[in-house]
Amino acid sequence: MIKTLFARLKQGYRTMPFPIDVKALPERYLGRPFISADISEEDVKKCDLVCPTGAIGKSNERFTLDLGKCLFCGECQKACSDKVVSFSRDYCLAAENRSDLLISSVLAARKKEFNKKVRHIFGRSLKLRQVSAGGCNACEADINVLNTLSFDLGRFGIQFVASPRHADGIVVTGPVTKNMRLALEKTYAAIPAPKLVIAVGACAISGGPYRGHQEANNGVDSIIPVDLYVPGCPPHPLTILDGLIKIMGKDL
Amino acid sequence: MYNGQPQQLEGETFASFREFRDRALQGIRQGARVVSFWGYPAHDGMVILVMTLAFDKEGYLETLSIEIKDSYESLTPRIAQVHWFEREIFEKWGVRPEGHLWLKPIRFENTHSNNQSLPSVTDFMRIEGEEIHEVAVGPVHAGIIESGHFRFQCHGEQVFHLEISLGYQHRGIEKALIGGPNKRTIHYVETLSGDAAIGHSLAYAQAIEGLAGCSVPLRAAVLRSIMLELERLANHTGDLGALAQDVGYLPTSSYCGRLRGDFLNLTALICGNRFGRNMVKPGGVMFDINDSMRKEIIKRLTSIFSDVRNAVSLMLDSAMVVDRFDETGALTKETALELGLVGIAARACGIDRDVRFDFPSGAFKFSQIPVSTYSSGDVFARAFVRWLELQRSVEFILGQLDALPNGPIIVNVASLKNEHIIISLTEGWRGEICHSVITDKNGKIAQYKIVDPSFHNWYGLVVALRGEEISDFPLCNKSFNLSYCGHDL
Repeated sequence: MIKTLFARLKQGYRTMPFPIDVKALPERYLGRPFISADISEEDVKKCDLVCPTGAIGKSNERFTLDLGKCLFCGECQKACSDKVVSFSRDYCLAAENRSDLLISSVLAARKKEFNKKVRHIFGRSLKLRQVSAGGCNACEADINVLNTLSFDLGRFGIQFVASPRHADGIVVTGPVTKNMRLALEKTYAAIPAPKLVIAVGACAISGGPYRGHQEANNGVDSIIPVDLYVPGCPPHPLTILDGLIKIMGKDL
Repeated sequence: MYNGQPQQLEGETFASFREFRDRALQGIRQGARVVSFWGYPAHDGMVILVMTLAFDKEGYLETLSIEIKDSYESLTPRIAQVHWFEREIFEKWGVRPEGHLWLKPIRFENTHSNNQSLPSVTDFMRIEGEEIHEVAVGPVHAGIIESGHFRFQCHGEQVFHLEISLGYQHRGIEKALIGGPNKRTIHYVETLSGDAAIGHSLAYAQAIEGLAGCSVPLRAAVLRSIMLELERLANHTGDLGALAQDVGYLPTSSYCGRLRGDFLNLTALICGNRFGRNMVKPGGVMFDINDSMRKEIIKRLTSIFSDVRNAVSLMLDSAMVVDRFDETGALTKETALELGLVGIAARACGIDRDVRFDFPSGAFKFSQIPVSTYSSGDVFARAFVRWLELQRSVEFILGQLDALPNGPIIVNVASLKNEHIIISLTEGWRGEICHSVITDKNGKIAQYKIVDPSFHNWYGLVVALRGEEISDFPLCNKSFNLSYCGHDL
């Protein structure tokens, strides 16, 4: 018993504050990318040659980088120059609408407040079920880590539960493989309405590297409607936490 | 042939299946084990079967191949470790191993039949009788884990048989790798099993470098080995915490949860990503460490490990924990050898099998990590082997950081030799990772076969659970902690 107490003293108090200063993230971490207004057709071609998922393209006559497809490998930055495409350390990437994940040189005003309806219903307590539909265990691991004492998800009123009947929503990872589609649909149906769907990771948003595969779908929203997109491959735990807190209508 | 050394494709095919079989059986009798057994299509509806045998003590690999039409005499009755491999060949190419004891799809790819069955909607081995009942678990589990189906045949609390049915995570990676390497290749490899990104990307890079005849700078080789051991540290620490949790010992469980993250953050310090993505590329590594980072790693690693030692010894000193671990899910050495287990599961049965030692490549050629074994084969052994490996990996990393060689970290990779085969082995944190690559006449990838350690070891879990209480399943499962997507590919 005395050993346990000494261990407790040695291990100390380790729960991190949230939100944290981005400087606390490793220097080489790749967060929200920026595209310069000077980006040329030539640059885009160079990016396209190296981008594994074709995340850089054109939308409404403007060059855009799709965060939902981006694997954050940084190859585009190397291919042209960091004056054209650069990655910041901003980890707040989650968005409610798929179109909000398209980044262009024109900075869109970042939404401070998410869906009011959600805030009204789930603002103080959010119970989630997780379904891995072809995830590689990286997204799963970084969702799991939110339950550790470092992040202490419980303090925000969020909990992962063991049954869809106990849940307010599901967190889906993976591109939704053919073999998992039915299980995902059944889990979704088993959750009492109103319910939320949160797509975590490039695979769940767009199919990620598996986009276009015959064995998988191109993400969750081809199967069930999605309320929150959390980009990354895998997203940093802080990115996921930020998304979950924002969808509860909180702004810390 | 040797690990990471290419070989010309021609001239190795046996004339008859009988000769192929006899050589395989002879190899097994000489102490070899099956690293991989797979097939690929050839001309006129023929399928070429390729079996790679590993002679661990000699550090030697032997690849046998044979052309088959529709069926062949199953090897499973005599070589139990090819059981799942033959199911895979059957599913993928429709080649029937006659006399296989339990022939059914392995991933439910539904490619060779119109059968649209799912892993949980299929025939299971059933036990009938009074008080026999069946328990079905999955694909969606209670925790935040990958998808798979487990079917138990129970008598009261006792498990008579467990059948594991996977395939839910199948994403078609091997097929997509054909025609490469291209810009997606490395991302497929890194997401084969997301928690073993370094292990798999290393196996891939080693294969490409071998085929291109390129030698990796020493500094890159050392940095790779540091990353591989950091991956092992993070996962072993997480597993020890999860084992503590499964027996309700919360202090170690919560400390290790945090400490695992600290190891992941060390990985992110080096390459920006907690899972080691974007670090390993054919030709070397993408990120170097300067002297201040080197000191920072040493400082953090020492401090994290001091906390790990504290958390783990707390658990191993607890009679309650040890009592739950002891004799739970035990495998004998004979069983482990027969099933061809690899990695922690094999070493916990007293088998000194470790790619870093038996088939060393990169920095492991120069600095070897002693193989950590324990003999009892139970949950305790699998936990204890992890703890031994943790200590040795930390020692290894600190040693490497003390004497980092100078030089470049990446070199250009030439085009690949055409019509060659290469077998690339690495010791991922779960165990042996095997990538077999065949190039076509243009030097592009013609076939890519991946064997994750989980593919060998899932059946170990099946046997470990026989006669155990069903309530011990989570504990046994955690002690193996196998990959679903690494199996499903």
